Amino acid sequence: MKKLILTTAAIALAAGAAFADGHAKTVRMGTEGAYPPYNFLDDNGEVAGFERELGDELCARAELTCEWVTNEWDSIIPNLVSGNYDTIIAGMSITAERDEVIDFTQNYTQPDPSAYLAASADVVPGEGPIAAQTNTIQAAFIADKGWALIEFATPEETIAAVKNGEADAVLADASYLAPIAADDPDLVMLDQKELIGGGVGMGLRESDGELKTKFDAAIQSMKDDGTLNALIAKWEVGEQF
Amino acid sequence: MLEGLTWLSCYMTTGKHLTAYWSFVTVLVLLAITAPTALVFGFGGAVAARSRIAPLRWFGKGYIAVVRGVPDIAFFLFFVIALDQAFEWMRHKALCPDWTDPIRQGNDFVVCQAAKLPLSSSPQWVHEVYGFALAVLTFAIVFGAFAANVLFGAMRAVPKGQIETAEAYGMTPRQTFWRVLVPQMWVYALPGLSNLWMVLIKATPLLFLLGVEDIVYWARELGGIKTSRFTDYPHGDWRLWYFLALLVFYLAFTKLSEVVLARWTKKLSHGQATLGEMA
Repeated sequence: MKKLILTTAAIALAAGAAFADGHAKTVRMGTEGAYPPYNFLDDNGEVAGFERELGDELCARAELTCEWVTNEWDSIIPNLVSGNYDTIIAGMSITAERDEVIDFTQNYTQPDPSAYLAASADVVPGEGPIAAQTNTIQAAFIADKGWALIEFATPEETIAAVKNGEADAVLADASYLAPIAADDPDLVMLDQKELIGGGVGMGLRESDGELKTKFDAAIQSMKDDGTLNALIAKWEVGEQF
Repeated sequence: MLEGLTWLSCYMTTGKHLTAYWSFVTVLVLLAITAPTALVFGFGGAVAARSRIAPLRWFGKGYIAVVRGVPDIAFFLFFVIALDQAFEWMRHKALCPDWTDPIRQGNDFVVCQAAKLPLSSSPQWVHEVYGFALAVLTFAIVFGAFAANVLFGAMRAVPKGQIETAEAYGMTPRQTFWRVLVPQMWVYALPGLSNLWMVLIKATPLLFLLGVEDIVYWARELGGIKTSRFTDYPHGDWRLWYFLALLVFYLAFTKLSEVVLARWTKKLSHGQATLGEMA
């Protein structure tokens, strides 16, 4: 059976190689699949969330065939520039550091204030260790402040760190923390918010100017006819345009 | 609202859980392919390292030293990307000779569409099979280096008298190697190889770095907090339970391995002047 699969794969590769450039180009959309409401895996194991609906609509408008792929957050940029997929659509905030390595489309969410989720409302950020996901604007923010920072590979673990007392609070996008705070009586959102980041955009290879133009136009058309605002309202990912 | 067992049986059979159950098969298949492949790499490395031809010996020793020295995680992050790029570069040269744009553009690695491996238009399962094949190759290279060192040592552990006797009987070096050295070295190699096998069993979480979703990835994903907005089956942090299930799986698997390895030790030491039979 395995031999059969491998043989089929080999034939598919060989047959595929016969097609010339530009034929049936599929745009592979890379996401993390662990950051609701932006992107997560639903009960069927499919990528779902705000960015799934947004991405499918953008692909329809740009007349592209798209396919969804999940990749670990830590290696999401190296795999993009290496060509394993063509876009990053993973709640990634547009920052100057990232912009040096990859290109971003225009932002499709407003800058979402980052919020603290803590075990009690008395926590003062900066007095104790704060948890954040590695390679995020929040981790960079805490490091800049000189506060004690505990980094984790997944958003999930940052929440667990607060629950087990390892960290005083977690700093993340407010739209990610809100549903968790609503479900868990032991966790509260602090009033203090941090205005960091320039909104979320889709990441592309710097050499992929054509694809960037297509997605920019599609995002603009969704902004113009109000469908983007409707999606933002549906998934509660911050302010509308 | 569903209650108790009904809830649990529905929860345990969501599409997501079914995918997770399949990942057990993925891991077992990976081990079944990787172990013999790594052994072949190891055997090749050991033979090269004790070769009388200097360049081959340097290559063998270099392979063992370099791969053993590089941290696994670095190897899995960078080597695999480099390997993938090397394949695509070769295909690019062969398939798109008219291409004039540079392949390296800043940070980007750009080859023509036809040289992509797999093609970006191929269905997801082709990508998964390719990722899986890369994983097998990378595991084989890494574990092959360790196995090479074990086998290198095992070959030297075979009593010198055995080799000398073989030579005295007029066997050629080749005959001595295949008829006397190789059959006898396994019993010395087995403890080291069994260590490697145990480590390999538990190294599969590195698969996720290669885009292959293994059982540890799924335990983390499924056990994580699920809020009621995004799933029909909300629950708190259940990672402990999922990891306990993994613990049982790994313990059962390593126990089974130990039983099989003990049998092999006994079989291989049959008629040899070692204490393997008593182990």
